[in-house]
Order: sequence, then structure tokens, then C-alpha cells
Amino acid sequence: MISYFQDYVTIGAVLGFGLFLVVLLLGVASVLRPNKPYAEKLQTYECGVDPVGTGWSQTYVRYYIFGLLFVIFDVEAVFIFPWAINLEKLGYFGLIEMFVFIFILLIGLIYAIRKDVLKWES
Amino acid sequence: MSIELIISLVKANIVLAVLLTNTILLIWFERKVVAGMQSRVGPDRAGPFGILQTLADAIKLLLKEQILPSKADRAMYLLAPLIALVPSFLIFMIIPLGPDITVEWQNALYTIPLVGADLNVGVLYFLALSSIAVYSVVLAGWSSGSKYPLLGGVRASAQMISYEAAMGLALVPVILYSGSLSLVDIVNSQSGNLSSSIPILNTIVSFIPKWNIFPQFVAFGIFFIAAVAEVNRAPFDLVEAEQELVGGFHTEYSGFRFAMFFLAEYINMFNMCAITATFFLGGWLGPTFEGILPPIFSVIMPIIWLGVKTFLLLFVFVWIRATLPRLRYDQLMELGWKRMIPLSLVWLILSAIVLGLREFGLPWS
Repeated sequence: MISYFQDYVTIGAVLGFGLFLVVLLLGVASVLRPNKPYAEKLQTYECGVDPVGTGWSQTYVRYYIFGLLFVIFDVEAVFIFPWAINLEKLGYFGLIEMFVFIFILLIGLIYAIRKDVLKWES
Repeated sequence: MSIELIISLVKANIVLAVLLTNTILLIWFERKVVAGMQSRVGPDRAGPFGILQTLADAIKLLLKEQILPSKADRAMYLLAPLIALVPSFLIFMIIPLGPDITVEWQNALYTIPLVGADLNVGVLYFLALSSIAVYSVVLAGWSSGSKYPLLGGVRASAQMISYEAAMGLALVPVILYSGSLSLVDIVNSQSGNLSSSIPILNTIVSFIPKWNIFPQFVAFGIFFIAAVAEVNRAPFDLVEAEQELVGGFHTEYSGFRFAMFFLAEYINMFNMCAITATFFLGGWLGPTFEGILPPIFSVIMPIIWLGVKTFLLLFVFVWIRATLPRLRYDQLMELGWKRMIPLSLVWLILSAIVLGLREFGLPWS
């Protein structure tokens, strides 16, 4: 039981030391570096001309569709990982079950391709 | 303080020290190799062969003014580099560096596994932490309050999640063959040589080590391409495409926070290569030359083998960067969704059939 938690303690230690190191370096930098801000310097970069409009704007909805598709495939991976470990216990039953699952997913992907959801040019 | 806690703390310090020194070496290595491929000299002033160039750059960036743009979202802008850097330390923890070593201390024997943390959910841990990198890029891009970083951030998120799906699916055949999510078990399952039930074939393949790359070459290809895309390296570096997006998501960053993004990128690159070596190239496995070399080498040789494999893969990363032009965005998405994901699914089915036939025999017998 101790060895089980020891691994997580080590990870926690790396997390702690890592954060400490980063904060320490940033602290050192904040002492050493010059700091002379003025309005022109703090402007957002836009190829040297005065920025037009705001920096936050609407983005292409296509990115959102890829986000949705990713959720589908990542949830699917969550189902596949435990199956992959236990395949030897499940035997042919598990094998065929997973084929059905992956087959349905492939059909879904082909449907998305045929509907031009994955096509970038409009 | 118990001995376990001391071991944990020492391991944590060693991991951080190794990662940071290694990054200094890695950035120098990349610059020298690219310089060689482009008939230049590369860095040669700081230290012997310019090996301290990265250290000089880091100190320079430490002393540079940090500009906080007036339109930026303050809290997120300051936090994003931390989200990039800290998870990259954590990924290295699960990579096994060698077999267990036994240490005698105060008349008691301690067995110390040469791995930061042997998690039984290692693969999931790796996939989860590599997803966190997406947050840093998106938050950095959005919080800058500027147009180019925003575009870079949105592009990055779409690209990274597309290739992450393929990456996860390419790992499934490896898990099928080793039957465990622990990276230590995955390396151990690759020890020994290939064997075949056909005698003539057996004499040929019995010299080849049982690394996953030989039966799983397609999964290796998919995983490696996805790994290049995941760490946003050329030819998939659309996130920071200089010609169109200035610096991408870190356009507005300066000083040491800028350096943190770069540190994170190189540590992630090293982690990806070490993970690829662990999954497909047998990790630390290799001849230890026992009897020829002094006994201490039985501890050092595995680490050297892992280092050699990792730096070979890193060389391929740099080689790809120096050779291939950047992909167009629609080509990138098409490669991810229409080629790599269907291919990885089909390869998964084929691997499962082969494993099923070998383990359970023919279904009708």
C-alpha cells in the first residue's frame, strides 16, 4: 500500500519542486529585469501600426466542429483502453463486441466525411 | 522522515535536474544539426562548441523586461506559461530508465525501481498530461488580447486535439500486446527476441529483438507523426507559423515567460521521443555487456540505451524540421481525420484479430 502511494508522492514532489523552481526563477527575474512601461510599449502588436478593433473576435465555427468530433473519439478511446487490457479474459466474445463498436464508429466517421463536415474549404 | 519519503524527494530532484540540463543540451543539439544541414556553423562562441549557448540565452531572457500588454487578461496571461511548463516536468516521471536496482544502506537492502513513478495507469496519465498542453496554448492565445495570438491559439487547439485522437488509438495495439497500462510492464513485455512457429522463419527472426516497432510498424508510424503534430514541430508548426501569424500564441510574450514556453516545447519534445522509445523501441532494453565492463555498467547501460534511442528519434525530429515545408491547414486536418484516424482504427482491428488467433486459436476449433 505504501509503495502504491509512494509513486503519487513522488509526482506530488515533482509538481511542488517544479512550481517552486518556476516561481523562484520568475522572482529572480522580477528583481533583475528593468521595468519601464509606457502606453506605446504596452500596445498589442500589429505589424507596427496602431491596432484596429479589439483583439478578441469571432472565430470560424469549423474549429468548434472538430472539438465536438474529438470528444466523440476521445470517449471512444476511454472505452477501448480497458477492453485492450482485458482482451485475454474476454476471448472471442470481447473481440467481436469491439469490432461492432469500432465498425459503428467508422461508419460515423465515413458519414461525417461524406457530409463534408471535415472539408475545410467552403 | 521515512526512507520512502527521502527516496521520493531525491527522485524528484534528480528528475528536474536531468530534464533541465538535458534541455540545454537538446536545444544546442538541434541548432547544431540544423546548422549542419544548412551548411552553417551554428552556435560556437559560448563554451566548447557553443554548448553553453542555451544557458547564455536563458540568462539574457531572465534579464529582459517583461511587457504586460494593456489589453491582456492579466491573470490568465501570467498563468499560461506555468500551465505549459509544469506538466512537461510531470510526463517524464513515468518513463522507466532501467531495471530495479538494489542498494544496501545501514545493513538493510532497498530495492529502488529506476523510474520516477510506476503508475498502473501510466498510458492514461501520459495522454491526460499531454492534453493539458492544449490549455496553455489556448489560454496564452486568448488572454493576450491580440489578433495573431488568438488565431494561433485556436488553430493549435484544433490541431492538437485532432492528432491526440489518432495518438491514443495508435497506442491501443501496444497495450493489447503487453496487456498493461504501466510503462514498466510495457518495456518488460518487449524483452527477448522474436519467435515464430515456422522453423525456417524462426531462424531468421530469432536475431531480432521483440520490440513493438517490428509487429506494430503502422502504429509506430501513426504515433510518431501524431507526436510531431502534438508538440507543434515542423511540418505541423502552424501554431507559430512565422510568415502568417508572427509568433503565434506567444507573440505578446517577452522576457522569462517567453523562455518558459520554449523550455516547455523542448522538454515536451524530449518526453515524446523518450515515450516513443519506451512504447516501440524497447525503452532501456539493450545489451549490457555483463562480464566485459565493470559491474557498475549494469546500472548505467540501460540509461545509455534509452538515451541513444531518444536522441536518435530527436535527430529524426530535427531532420524532419530541416527537410519538410509546412503543411497547409486544410491538408493538416485532412491528414489527421481522413487518413490517420481511420488507419489507426483499421490497424487496431487487424492487431486484435492476429492476437485473438494466436491466443484463443481458431474460433471453430
